[in-house]
Amino acid sequence: MKLSNGFSIGQFVPGESFVHSLDPRCKITALFILLAIPFAAEKPLDFIPAVFCLYVISAASHIRFTKLLRSGRPVLFLIAFTAALNLFWTPGHEVARLGPLRITSEGVTLAFCMSLRIYCLVMMAAALMVTTSPMDFAGGAERLMSPMAVVKFPVSEIAMMMTIALRFIPTLFEESERIMKAQISRGADFESGGLVKRARAYIPILAPLFIQVFTRADCLATAMESRCYVPGAQRTKLNPLIWTSRDTAAMACVVASVVCSLVWNRYIYRLAALLCQGSLF
Amino acid sequence: MEQSPVFFIQGAGYSYKGASVSAIESVNLSVTSGEWVALLGTNGSGKSTLAKMMNALLPPMRGVCFAMGMDTSAPELAASIRQNVALVFQNPDDQIVASIVEEDVAFGPENLGLPSEAIRARVERALQLTGLSEMRRRGSYSLSGGQKQRLALAGALAMEPKALILDESTSMLDPEGRASFLNCLRELNTRGITIIQITHRMEEVVHASRVVIMEAGKVAWDGSPDSFWEEKCAEFGFDTPQELELLRSLRAGGFVPAGTKPVVNDLLEALCL
Amino acid sequence: MSIEAVDIKYVYNAGTSAAVTALDGISIEAGRGEWVSIVGHTGSGKSTLAQHLNLLLTPFSGFVSIDGVRAAPGSREARAARRKVGLVFQYPESQFFAETVREEIAFAPSNWGVAGDALDACVTEAASWAGLSPAALDANPFSLSGGERRRVAIASVLSARPDYLVLDEPTAGLDASGVRGLTATLRELCSNGMAVIHVTHDMETALSMSDRITVLERGVLAVSGIPERVAEYLSQRPVKGLVMPPSVRFAQGLREKGVSLPLVSRVDGIIEVLEEARSRRKR
Repeated sequence: MKLSNGFSIGQFVPGESFVHSLDPRCKITALFILLAIPFAAEKPLDFIPAVFCLYVISAASHIRFTKLLRSGRPVLFLIAFTAALNLFWTPGHEVARLGPLRITSEGVTLAFCMSLRIYCLVMMAAALMVTTSPMDFAGGAERLMSPMAVVKFPVSEIAMMMTIALRFIPTLFEESERIMKAQISRGADFESGGLVKRARAYIPILAPLFIQVFTRADCLATAMESRCYVPGAQRTKLNPLIWTSRDTAAMACVVASVVCSLVWNRYIYRLAALLCQGSLF
Repeated sequence: MEQSPVFFIQGAGYSYKGASVSAIESVNLSVTSGEWVALLGTNGSGKSTLAKMMNALLPPMRGVCFAMGMDTSAPELAASIRQNVALVFQNPDDQIVASIVEEDVAFGPENLGLPSEAIRARVERALQLTGLSEMRRRGSYSLSGGQKQRLALAGALAMEPKALILDESTSMLDPEGRASFLNCLRELNTRGITIIQITHRMEEVVHASRVVIMEAGKVAWDGSPDSFWEEKCAEFGFDTPQELELLRSLRAGGFVPAGTKPVVNDLLEALCL
Repeated sequence: MSIEAVDIKYVYNAGTSAAVTALDGISIEAGRGEWVSIVGHTGSGKSTLAQHLNLLLTPFSGFVSIDGVRAAPGSREARAARRKVGLVFQYPESQFFAETVREEIAFAPSNWGVAGDALDACVTEAASWAGLSPAALDANPFSLSGGERRRVAIASVLSARPDYLVLDEPTAGLDASGVRGLTATLRELCSNGMAVIHVTHDMETALSMSDRITVLERGVLAVSGIPERVAEYLSQRPVKGLVMPPSVRFAQGLREKGVSLPLVSRVDGIIEVLEEARSRRKR
């Protein structure tokens, strides 16, 4: 019934696909390993394995490839900026001039690769977030970070903080909306006046919101304590993460595809050259 | 052999830091197993502080407070006291920890370090008792107010407590949500769980087996619901629920026999013209 | 002079898969000096309707007119029109931001450009209407008790001198004396010519206080009219989530036993009818 109901972080879409069913630890690790593919790519044809991988991921997670492509939209500006930077500031063989700016063939290649690299990174991360619930993600991250507990890094506390933060985002969103409406109905005006006046107009919204966040935090802390929560104490899980043979298989595929793509990168241009020669004769 | 009390509180007092008056002056109260105590009093009479003391969240500064025979001022007993005495607060949004219904219910047992199968069994039982089994995988945020409060109750029940303390837990619910919440409580009480219910709503007192009124940090009155309605309800400035008003007038006019409960259906059944 | 919402339709998350029709063709009117109740279960759309009356939401279709002026929400005229309508949100204490009660109450009128002595007059008047002592004006709102805080919240809306006062569950969380005090205040404001639009799920208060009642069920009008008629209708066709007060349920049971009486009766009225029936039977 509330506006914030349509609000979700990471755009997690529940599903029954192969990727959905994987252990979050497997998915997070796989993401980091798979990132090697676009990062090892240095020439345009090197990106073919990356695109192929993304296609396989989209099929195995029941996300349409076009949807995955769209997930890069929010970073298009960043990509354009990086591309421009590489395009105009890479020294090398000049192919065109735009006023005082020189465009080199090396610059074109670099701009192209850099853009694709960022785009692939975003798409892979999106595939992870779409198929992993925030709670699973927090749980997976906790377990992956657990070796750091040896050096007194508060891993379980941080995971608990993530869990609670995720739980409270919609609540606080709704709360700020309510306070805003209440102040508008008392005549608050956010639209007129200079910058300072407008900034000041937000005090009646921010002050109550902060007060509420702190009261809530206080109440929540009491409630958690009364439910036997002790920071740092050993906790067990309702749904413990279970590494199945699927996860091992998926991991093996990931490693294999990285190796394959590295091999591809090494030989594709030689192969292409050979093919070109062959067609010449 | 006399049954040992679930709560034994003698001369207990507590003052918050920097406050000029004590939140609890001196409370004497003993509650036996299976009782349903309605704890009444105006805002600021010390009810909530008492609730926290009974849950070992605040140790008494004076006097003693025992829960299930365990001293609430002993830090090493706090964990076992909180397992036996669960607390449900006013606003469900302030006590739900996780985004998924079943994961929130599991929060308490997870803190106890139980194996997963044991947690699963407790979660299933708590969800069933509160009628939330169908919603186990739902987002806790998408529940209605009444469902959220039942979720908070389920979280408390997953500790398998012997006693439940409810601090104005029905005040944010609509009539339907309140009715379903009270139904849960009645069921739990018949299963032998002791209930301490802090409330402002007189119609909820009807379910209680005992009424305790607090005033300025002390127990001002302690007795049966019947004598509360007869003598104290008006004296302490509480609203008379309409059902009770009806019962009184009908009794005075000789329309219903003595001992009829202030419940509409009972009144209609007992009515003799 | 009246506030009127005509044929309001409103949809949350429109255009997405989570779209929910919160209000579907709802009309309501309240004249000055009238007490109108909007009753419904949680999620019936009653709070959404209240926000329309204050021009905080733009309806999909239909309109709100205040003293005959139709202003589009978000426009300059809407801001002006809004001044005539005070809206007290549920748990209004949560909007406090000022360090003193005086500042908090002065917020609304100073937003409308009132200053100096006139502002002081607004604050003192609103505080006395809401039943706050002059001494409380210099207190920190957060140091007050729950009942007093609610009074400050209501004063902080009354200080803009609205003609129409919309309250969303104003008695939620108050103890018995707080509820009694607040109801008396509203009664008095009403008899002084202010329109009170009371949003609630409490049928007992609605039946005993209102001139007219509108009952919503899942965003659709269930019934609307004077309390007696509404009670008659609801006793035949109950609305999910609404509980009729004991006196009405009792009167209904008496009718089934062959005693005829109006559904909305005070307890002493019911007893009178019963005495009469008894003496008739004896004869």
